[in-house]
Amino acid sequence: MSVVTAPAGGALLRSRPGAKGRKARNHAATALIVVAVLVALIPLVAVIGFVISRGGSVFGWQFLTQDIPVLDRDIGGGMLPAIVGTLIITGGAAAMAVPLGVLGAIYLNEYGQRRRLARVIRFLSEVMTGVPSIVMGLFIYVVWVLHFKNETAFAGSLALACLMLPIVIRTSEEILRLVPHELREGSYALGSRKVRTIRTVVLPHAAPGIVSGVLLAVARAAGETAPLLFTIGFVTSTNTSLFHGPTTALSYQIFHNATSPFVGAQDRAYGAALTLILLVFLFTALARLVTTIYTRRTSASSGA
Amino acid sequence: MDTIPMSDTSHRTATVGSVLTRPPAEPDVAERTPLPDPAERDIVFELAGVEVRYSGVTAIEDVNLKVAAREITAFIGPSGCGKTTVLRTLNRLHDITAGAQVRGTITYHGEDLYGPRVDVAEVRRRIGMVFQKPNPFPKSIHDNVAYGPRINGRKRGEIGDLVEEALRKAALFDEVKDKLKQSALGLSGGQQQRLCIARALAVEPDVILMDEPCSALDPIATARIEDLMQELKANYTLVIVTHNMQQAARASDRTAFFTAEIDDAGRRVGRLIEFDDTEQLFTQPSDSRTEGYITGRFG
Ligand SMILES: Nc1ncnc2c1ncn2[C@@H]1O[C@H](COP(=O)(O)OP(=O)(O)OP(=O)(O)O)[C@@H](O)[C@H]1O
Ligand SMILES: [Mg+2]
Repeated sequence: MSVVTAPAGGALLRSRPGAKGRKARNHAATALIVVAVLVALIPLVAVIGFVISRGGSVFGWQFLTQDIPVLDRDIGGGMLPAIVGTLIITGGAAAMAVPLGVLGAIYLNEYGQRRRLARVIRFLSEVMTGVPSIVMGLFIYVVWVLHFKNETAFAGSLALACLMLPIVIRTSEEILRLVPHELREGSYALGSRKVRTIRTVVLPHAAPGIVSGVLLAVARAAGETAPLLFTIGFVTSTNTSLFHGPTTALSYQIFHNATSPFVGAQDRAYGAALTLILLVFLFTALARLVTTIYTRRTSASSGA
Repeated sequence: MDTIPMSDTSHRTATVGSVLTRPPAEPDVAERTPLPDPAERDIVFELAGVEVRYSGVTAIEDVNLKVAAREITAFIGPSGCGKTTVLRTLNRLHDITAGAQVRGTITYHGEDLYGPRVDVAEVRRRIGMVFQKPNPFPKSIHDNVAYGPRINGRKRGEIGDLVEEALRKAALFDEVKDKLKQSALGLSGGQQQRLCIARALAVEPDVILMDEPCSALDPIATARIEDLMQELKANYTLVIVTHNMQQAARASDRTAFFTAEIDDAGRRVGRLIEFDDTEQLFTQPSDSRTEGYITGRFG
């Protein structure tokens, strides 16, 4: 231990020479970060504020429960058919893409590793992430809609599932890669086999991350318009069937109404936009809740 | 510390009967009688010409040693000499390490451990392991210990008792008895390590491999673990890796000293230098490198 010698003036705990410059630089950097965050918030706040101010005037219980007016020039009406359509189409897409994607990620990270097949799948999903969504819609239009000669919610689900699948695979694989190897070893060292180790140790550990990844994919899919343009058709009254008859969706209605010259339609477009934002927000909150409950359950009481 | 009665081990005797039906040797540390020659005791592991490579690079080679039943065998040596690497060959954990390759022969009670018909999960049930870094599962304390019994299909009714018994043996029960349902990640490092010991004991293995089990523990907990090892010795075979020379000298029956040296080709390869009764190795080492290490001249 060194002996502390008091400098002249008895100022042991004052800043050393040169500290002033460092402090100033520190303050400057902090200020810069705050400014950057504020600037980044501008578009976010502006978009939400704008949508609320324009959509708020039509938004309400009636808007959520009424059919879409048959004529664009009509004022009022609601978006129920589009809300139902979005839920059914996105739900159908998630039901197909999420299990497939998570299982694919489990294959890639737990079984495939550096095998050739795994490398090919990884490469393809990377390429698929970059494919424009309208191409997915076109693909389903050609192989499904033209083939069966009908536009349905299911065709839209297929197109959205193609879009979601690579996102789910890639984010889930990243999350699985982050599960510490020591945990797997701990499980194997107790005589556990691979499937059991994945089910009882790897997946519970990765679940929150996988759920967030899946959520991003669902939220992204719920807002997609292009893949639905030529797959789901158009209706103004609710169609609750996944497989029969055309339907509509919020994103599609935003596109359709916003490009209309009539004020009533434009208001409905903003109302639909607000509804879509709220819907995505609701998904997110719900999934967070599920994750919290799930992790609390597996990390506290029963498990294996 | 009071001794806790050992669990019923009769279900194991069917397959390794000769080992477990013999009366256990008296664990008398104070008056150490000369150990019987390993050849006269039951040999649990026999390693011959064992070599381990990581991605083609040899980490350790030419390891020949015998681990006798119901004894504590200690592995000592400088960091990076391959103690962990050798230990992991004994429960085939290298099978799940990318790029690791084990050569040579290792037998377990005379059976080829790496034979074609060996079930790796069964190997790891018989040969438990406690890791260098505590690695509790992100589950409750109870579920961590119950994990092994559950895998082995023990009935629901038995599990509660098994968990308590294992926690008692690992000298942890009193500290956690009121929070068995809480996450194991909330325990201190030393408590986590004892939890990992309990978790290994709950499977009721035949051998327990411990990789520096006390490196995260305070002297009191270390003493408890050492007591525990002496108790376990009556029924289990233990192989421990330790950096603590006093611990090896105090707790083990036989000691293997490893070191890594640069060979003629410029490779840094670990080797087994000396393997002997602990007393012999610490008082009259036959190799100058062993003497240098235990007297603190290098390593
Ligand atoms: N998974 C691995 N991949 C590549 N090399 C490894 C791996 N594990 C260990 N090695 C190398 O093998 C050698 C022996 O490592 P090992 O972990 O067995 O040493 P150790 O004696 O247990 O050391 P310590 O006392 O520090 O734990 C080291 O040179 C290490 O770099
Ligand atoms: Mg080690």
